[in-house]
Amino acid sequence: MAQPAGNSGAGGQQYTTNPPRELPRRRGTELWLLAFAALIVTSAFILVQANQEQELSWSIVWYGLAYLAIFTVAHLAVRRWAPYADPLILPCVALLNGLGLVMIYRIDLANAQEAISVGETSTGSAPRQVLFTVAALILFLGVLIVVKDHRTLTRYAYTFGLVGMAALALPALLPSSLSEVNGAKVWLKLPGFSIQPGEFAKILLMIFFAAFLVAKRDLFMTAGKRILGIELPRARDLGPIIIAAVVCLGILVFQRDLGTALLFFGIVLVMLYVATERVIWVVVGLSMFLVGAMIAYQLFTHVQQRVANWIDPLATYDDPGGGYQIAQGLFGLGTGGMFGTGLGAGRPETVPESNTDFISAALGEELGFVGLSAILLVYLILAMRGMRSALAVRDTFGKLLGGGLSFAIVMQIFVIIGGVTKLIPMTGVTTPWLSAGGSSLLANYILVALLLRISDTARRPQQPVKPKAPLPQAPLAEAHTVMVQRPPQQHPGATEGGNTL
Amino acid sequence: MNTPLRKVGITMLVMVSLLLANATYIQVVRADDYRTDGRNSRVLLDEYSRERGKITAEEAGQVLAGVKPTDDQLRFLRTYSDGPMYAPVTGYYSVLYGAGGLERAQDEFLNGSDPRLLVRRLSDMITGRDPRGGNVRLTVRPSVQEAAYNAMTQNGYTGSVVALDPKTGDILAMVSTPSYDPGRLASHDAEEQQEAWKQFSDDPGNPMLNRAIRENYPPGSTFKIVTTAAALENGMSGDSQVTSDSNITLPGTSTTLENYGGATCQGSTLAEALKYSCNTAFAKIAGDLGKEKLEATAANFGIGMDDLEIPMGVVPSGLGELESEAALYQSGIGQRDVRLTPLQDALLAATVANDGVAMKPQLVKALLAPDLSTIEEFTPEELTGEAAMSAENAQTLTDMMIQSESNTSGGGKDESLKIASKTGTAEHGTDPKATPPHAWYTAFAPHDDPKIAVAVIVESGGNRGLAATGGTVAAEIARSTISAALGGG
Repeated sequence: MAQPAGNSGAGGQQYTTNPPRELPRRRGTELWLLAFAALIVTSAFILVQANQEQELSWSIVWYGLAYLAIFTVAHLAVRRWAPYADPLILPCVALLNGLGLVMIYRIDLANAQEAISVGETSTGSAPRQVLFTVAALILFLGVLIVVKDHRTLTRYAYTFGLVGMAALALPALLPSSLSEVNGAKVWLKLPGFSIQPGEFAKILLMIFFAAFLVAKRDLFMTAGKRILGIELPRARDLGPIIIAAVVCLGILVFQRDLGTALLFFGIVLVMLYVATERVIWVVVGLSMFLVGAMIAYQLFTHVQQRVANWIDPLATYDDPGGGYQIAQGLFGLGTGGMFGTGLGAGRPETVPESNTDFISAALGEELGFVGLSAILLVYLILAMRGMRSALAVRDTFGKLLGGGLSFAIVMQIFVIIGGVTKLIPMTGVTTPWLSAGGSSLLANYILVALLLRISDTARRPQQPVKPKAPLPQAPLAEAHTVMVQRPPQQHPGATEGGNTL
Repeated sequence: MNTPLRKVGITMLVMVSLLLANATYIQVVRADDYRTDGRNSRVLLDEYSRERGKITAEEAGQVLAGVKPTDDQLRFLRTYSDGPMYAPVTGYYSVLYGAGGLERAQDEFLNGSDPRLLVRRLSDMITGRDPRGGNVRLTVRPSVQEAAYNAMTQNGYTGSVVALDPKTGDILAMVSTPSYDPGRLASHDAEEQQEAWKQFSDDPGNPMLNRAIRENYPPGSTFKIVTTAAALENGMSGDSQVTSDSNITLPGTSTTLENYGGATCQGSTLAEALKYSCNTAFAKIAGDLGKEKLEATAANFGIGMDDLEIPMGVVPSGLGELESEAALYQSGIGQRDVRLTPLQDALLAATVANDGVAMKPQLVKALLAPDLSTIEEFTPEELTGEAAMSAENAQTLTDMMIQSESNTSGGGKDESLKIASKTGTAEHGTDPKATPPHAWYTAFAPHDDPKIAVAVIVESGGNRGLAATGGTVAAEIARSTISAALGGG
């Protein structure tokens, strides 16, 4: 069975039973899937224009070219800087971003028509969204280039944590004139444009929290007293989760932003659970959430209003701040039915905020249950590929961050699409990649870049300098060999299982 | 760390599954509830932006309600030619207030959602044409409608005119005054719509009430046609002797019922009683006939039908309880609780004209596809399936009504029209003697080959006040209507 040393062998390995496999990079798959996404998005654009009974205009070419350019650059960047990354993640994002763009453009057309009939002009959101996508692409590239290895992020964990907290708190501290839009104090109004710092804080805080938990993991795994067979955590270890709860409550109180509070709390809980592998944290967290939710319901009228709108939006239809918007969203979804009205053939603009919070209602109306399900499944595939990368990556920080980021995607669509479809009370958060709005897009492209980085690391072949089985002449630096009780006595060249005993 | 990650993965799967299950509930199970909710403007807007079918008159397809393309969101504006004149016929079609009248009764066909149009709609989709609604062709004759409407409005009368073809039941004219302009309700300017709606509904003249079919009145002496028919059917003849007393005491009461002006009847036969419209004679006849016989004949005229649709619903006409002989006496002359719609009143004359058989009134002649090919044509049918009187008795009654016409004054008399008629002057209100009476006139012509039956009501005496009678106020309107109908033919 002896083979001459292959050119893949290094470090003096003469024989190899399991030659280091060059994992397929799958960039070709990614390219084909991206092309497929581009095809879907282009067809959607054409359908919108056809159904809105306009002749195909040049704008479609510009949007199409911009879209192609953006994802060509993204694909090339991934080829260059994350060649082993999961091939499904980027196409999923491209599809969602593209469909979002189509819907935003479609609602622009409807609004423009409306504006013409009352003698006004309306400025579309689609061109801005394209610009934001370009800006997001630059951030995406920046993250891929700068973060060569996600583990380096742990070095700046506390900085990220501080900046994240500051970004989160900033709108609450600023006067309303600089931070409030539609009742939610989550903005930072700058001349020319506004950003939602909370979107970026989400990612910064997740990096911090992942690093923090990995560093202090042992602490949280220490059992406290046992009561009724359940190991309770020690009281002093409750610190982080209490801090998280207080922060979320702060968001709720000072920024009147239920959705972000819910999102943060869910993510913290899941990351804590993943880090400690102890269900008790989930139980503690959920109990705190329930108590907090009940207190918030008692204290805040806007929370009560949201709940009333959730229970029966048709009953509170005419109330100020009542169920009008949700009811209109439901009317749209119901009108769409199983197969939808067809892109450009419905009236999604009837719903207020149809291109932001309620974009899922707009898509559900025009693409029907089938289309909305497909979009949900694209999200699920995206998050599951992220989760797979988290499972495959070898470092705990990567696992925790990857798991957290993947869960954040699903948590966010659960909060917003669940709210729109009346599964849970409506709490405004953005729909990742779909809804119009720069901050969300920028932040979520950073998220994708991080996921790609983690999946790239997960699938990148291990450094060949590290031999598979430590040989007797292995350097002493390979300390972990000490841990092995019985050093393996396998002879090179022996088949596995042949002489284990 | 992989075990909890896998569990989180499963949690994600569960969360998305929840969203999918909920979307199924909303978009599939509950979809119809949400789609058809009155507050969901989508379906309505879709319908309004489709090219609605036309409503055309019988002759030469004159368009009463059409559409004009616009460049706003709704794409097509509903237009009405001579809106107020035809409003009782066409009804209205408003984005804010929905549809009324025929526009509502034939809405499915006009808006194109009627299943009979389905084949065409599918072919429209394949050929890429916009789906369009079907057209409705009416029985209304513009010349008759115009004559009746102008006669009413020139005098400023409040009331109604209904003209029927006695042989087919075709509604040749249906006028209700004062009227309104449905074109203003169809405006795409919401403010204009609201203003018009408010103006029409606040107007004490109640212009949006279609008096011809949606209001019933005491018919007064025109009801004597029914009483006479019942008498003839039950053995009396034109020569039967009847009372000619100037007044008669209602049985069981001390109240007296008197002839018009308190005069003694100028004749003592049934024929003369109808000619001179003697109240005492008919009160006695009704009392002698009894409740069942009067009701039976009335029912064969269509009185009491509560499901008549032309295709708009018609409010039922009725005799009231007829609980006592006194009530029977008063009802015999069309007072007390007898209430007829103007349409029903026209049916009285039409039934006599058609050898005693009432034909079902109908407003729609045919339903046409968008390309004007006929989808459904309506054939005349009998109203009750049972004659109100024999052809012989109908001829007797016709002769009596010819006599009545000869005794009736009022403008527009023209022997060549060969009218057979009956007038009515109906008391109403809480103080009948001090309230100007409703002036009625119901007639058909020519009496030897009836082509038109008309009923006219002018509410509260028109411009004559307390002195108004059916002859002096209503007859002229009907005669000009008949003249328009026969002049053309």
